[in-house]
Amino acid sequence: MEFSYFPGCTLKTKGKELDISARACAQALGFTLDELKDWQCCGAVYPQATDEIATRLSSVRALVAARDKGQELVTLCSACHHVIKRVNGDLANREDIRSKVNAYLKLDTPYEGETSVLHYLEVLRDRVGFDNIAAAVKNPLTGKKIGAYYGCLLLRPGKEMQMDDPENPTILEDFIRALGADPVYYAQRNECCGGYQTLENKPQAQKRATSVVDNAAACGAEMLITACPLCLYNLTQNAENPLPVKYFTELLAQALGLE
Amino acid sequence: MQRIGVFVCWCGSNIAATVDVEAVANALAMEPGVVISTNYQYMCSQAGQEMIQNAIREHKLTGIVVCSCSPRMHEATFRKTAQQAGLNPYMVEIANIREQCSWVHKDKLTGTEKAIILGRAAIAKVHLNAPLTAGQSPVTKRALVIGGGIAGIQTALDIADAGFEVDIVEKKPTIGGKMSQIDKTFPTLDCAACILTPKMVDVAQNEKIKIYSYSEVEAVKGFVGNFHVTIRKKARYVDETKCTGCGLCTEKCPQKKVPNEFNLGLDTRRAIYIPFAQAIPKVATIDADYCSMLKSGKCGVCSKVCTAGAIDYKQTDQLIEQEYGAIVVATGFNPISMDKFDEFAYSKSPDVVTSLEYERLMNAAGPTGGTLLRPSDKTHPHTIVFVQCVGSRCDSSEKGKSYCSKICCMYTAKHAMLTREKYPDTEVYVFYIDVRTPGKNFDEFYRRAVEDYDVHYVKGMVGKVTPENGKLKVQASDLLGGRQMHIDADMVVLAAAIEPDKSARPLATMLTASMDTNDFFTEAHPKLRPVESPTAGIFLSGACQGPKDIPETVAQAGAAASKVIGLLAKDNLTCNPCVAKSDEMMCNGCSACEKVCPYGAITYMDKEFRGPNRTTLIRRVASVNPAVCQGCGACTVACPSGAMDLQGFSNSQIMAEVDAICK
Repeated sequence: MEFSYFPGCTLKTKGKELDISARACAQALGFTLDELKDWQCCGAVYPQATDEIATRLSSVRALVAARDKGQELVTLCSACHHVIKRVNGDLANREDIRSKVNAYLKLDTPYEGETSVLHYLEVLRDRVGFDNIAAAVKNPLTGKKIGAYYGCLLLRPGKEMQMDDPENPTILEDFIRALGADPVYYAQRNECCGGYQTLENKPQAQKRATSVVDNAAACGAEMLITACPLCLYNLTQNAENPLPVKYFTELLAQALGLE
Repeated sequence: MQRIGVFVCWCGSNIAATVDVEAVANALAMEPGVVISTNYQYMCSQAGQEMIQNAIREHKLTGIVVCSCSPRMHEATFRKTAQQAGLNPYMVEIANIREQCSWVHKDKLTGTEKAIILGRAAIAKVHLNAPLTAGQSPVTKRALVIGGGIAGIQTALDIADAGFEVDIVEKKPTIGGKMSQIDKTFPTLDCAACILTPKMVDVAQNEKIKIYSYSEVEAVKGFVGNFHVTIRKKARYVDETKCTGCGLCTEKCPQKKVPNEFNLGLDTRRAIYIPFAQAIPKVATIDADYCSMLKSGKCGVCSKVCTAGAIDYKQTDQLIEQEYGAIVVATGFNPISMDKFDEFAYSKSPDVVTSLEYERLMNAAGPTGGTLLRPSDKTHPHTIVFVQCVGSRCDSSEKGKSYCSKICCMYTAKHAMLTREKYPDTEVYVFYIDVRTPGKNFDEFYRRAVEDYDVHYVKGMVGKVTPENGKLKVQASDLLGGRQMHIDADMVVLAAAIEPDKSARPLATMLTASMDTNDFFTEAHPKLRPVESPTAGIFLSGACQGPKDIPETVAQAGAAASKVIGLLAKDNLTCNPCVAKSDEMMCNGCSACEKVCPYGAITYMDKEFRGPNRTTLIRRVASVNPAVCQGCGACTVACPSGAMDLQGFSNSQIMAEVDAICK
């Protein structure tokens, strides 16, 4: 299995661990992440203005590159995944955006949203299979109580992201169970961590991060895992009583014995 | 050749102002077969009708065309006129030169030209008309009511009151429905049980009413006036004729851990049970899923303690066949599942309940004896948050329902008020999108909750409920205050949207009664025929047709009963002769018509035909039941061999009209 891979800026800087562990795990689990050449920042925020074209272009370039290689496009960072998947939906479903983007990019073959965008977690669940991951685990994390932290971007809007039920997701909990650990269900697992406010309104970010971590701790979580570099930063730096937070791929690497 | 009379009506100035009626009459007089063509100011008046009758006799007319208003208005009138003069009523055609001509055109030339064309089309059709005779079918004077909630109960009582036999089929062990679970009713706050249970007793005691409890409709055949219904009486493993309802078995049964559906699983019951004290029939039922005797053959306690010898572990389902003249659907509603609304933590915390569960928690006959206690730790809640429109007025493509469930604003106001009344130390919040309280004394009721009982009504929705350290942290928006709200609540009550009972869809298929996209039964006309299904002989009562409160349900139940009484009062039904008919010589037995027939009017049979040289051959051919056929014409379009035709609207008649218009 070979996938086109869009790492995103953060995974080359502050979030290196996510990138490194994901690649190592992919190798161990038998699939290849083929990093796109000359990829550009996804823009980090899905443009809310419906007539905004420029900020969608970098995502389209990545999508086109994957299409031209005949591959599916895999992402890791929640924000990148959110932006690229939604822009892809726009190109598939919205005539006004599609025609403007294609008129600007002047591609040999116009792009109409044909690339399938997968999050790394979806590759694990739908292509590798959690059963096979469970079988490949060398250091089961037996007895560890782990809270899955989804954040706000990974699953919403549910209709467009189509990964899991945004209000009652199970994908990360199933993943935790596959590694031999006990998932801790807590209500705040799919609430925003406040990360976007961390520079503008730090008290707000602190309040949000604290409520997430406190709720997880109250429900018995010893640590949290996430797919989002911004969440990881915010939960560790801004929560009042922080818990250890790791990328889900780091946990996977640990269970697969790749440290 | 027909001898046709044409009668052009002025309708005062309604037609005459835009159509030159004289010119129309003159032009149509030139059409082949027309022996008289005239016009008059009001053709529907006594004088106008006499003019038509005289012309029929004088000119020996075999067909007439009336150029007037819509056939919906006066077709019946002119048919009767013709019949009185000895003409077959189906030899009358109406050319609609009012609604479809004079009212929509301004220019008299255009109007006149079009009126002539419409008249020509009608004449062309009359040439091909054949006399038709309406048949009669007898009416079985017995009604079936499906569902024994307040809707079914009221309908059955009203029908029985008029002297007709009624059977109620109820799938649960007792009648009573949702209303039996309710504590108090808005806006009067009288006790639901106090007004419902006497009606249940009336049903039980009424000689005209038979209750099939713990039973379901298995199959429906036949048509209006002549339904043949199979009812499955499920095995309750208790002989109804012997059980006295003493309840001893329900106390001694060792299987104590069965979730009690009457209290929505908030407590448990035994494997043998009577749903509630006032159940009708008051007979025990064994829950086969939990009874160890039925599962493993070990136990038999109930049989030992029963002094009446009513327990029968060998009982099996019984099939009952019965004939009915009319069927009333009263299958009711259920709150929707809260599975897709996990932002409210319903599956995560027992202290998040639905409104119906809250109803049981407030009910003196409920699991807490009427004392409001949190399900998790049985303590008194001090802060309660009500969330309205959970699943109502939603984007139905994602989750929930697009419609307003109608009853939630009022019962939430009731819950809030009763809570404040009984426990003044409790803070009550209600989050709403809009408060909708149309209805007699409804808004006054809601204002009382706000003004006299200090319930905090907040416009806005709850976004998240987080169970943490024994509290429910409620995060919500206050749209009027423009602020976020964070409330540490002890209980959260969700006003779940309501949906039709799951049994409604398969039942609709059996009855060939139509439903909307939400599985509510469709009425024959949204304004003018609200309690009838478009399928003849099927009537609608209560929330199976749309969300309704108790007063509305009772009103509709009575209306449905009066329609049933009107039907059963007749000895025979006159059938519409404009129904489909299959030409057996042309039918190739393909079943295309049977598949498209929405009324189940077409059946197939093997019929003997005479072949060449004195041989006989058996062919499969379609046969239309004229009493069931509604004359929609779907089969005539589907028939690939052209065997199926609609009498009075045959393909050749329609084509003749089209040809006349296009000439």
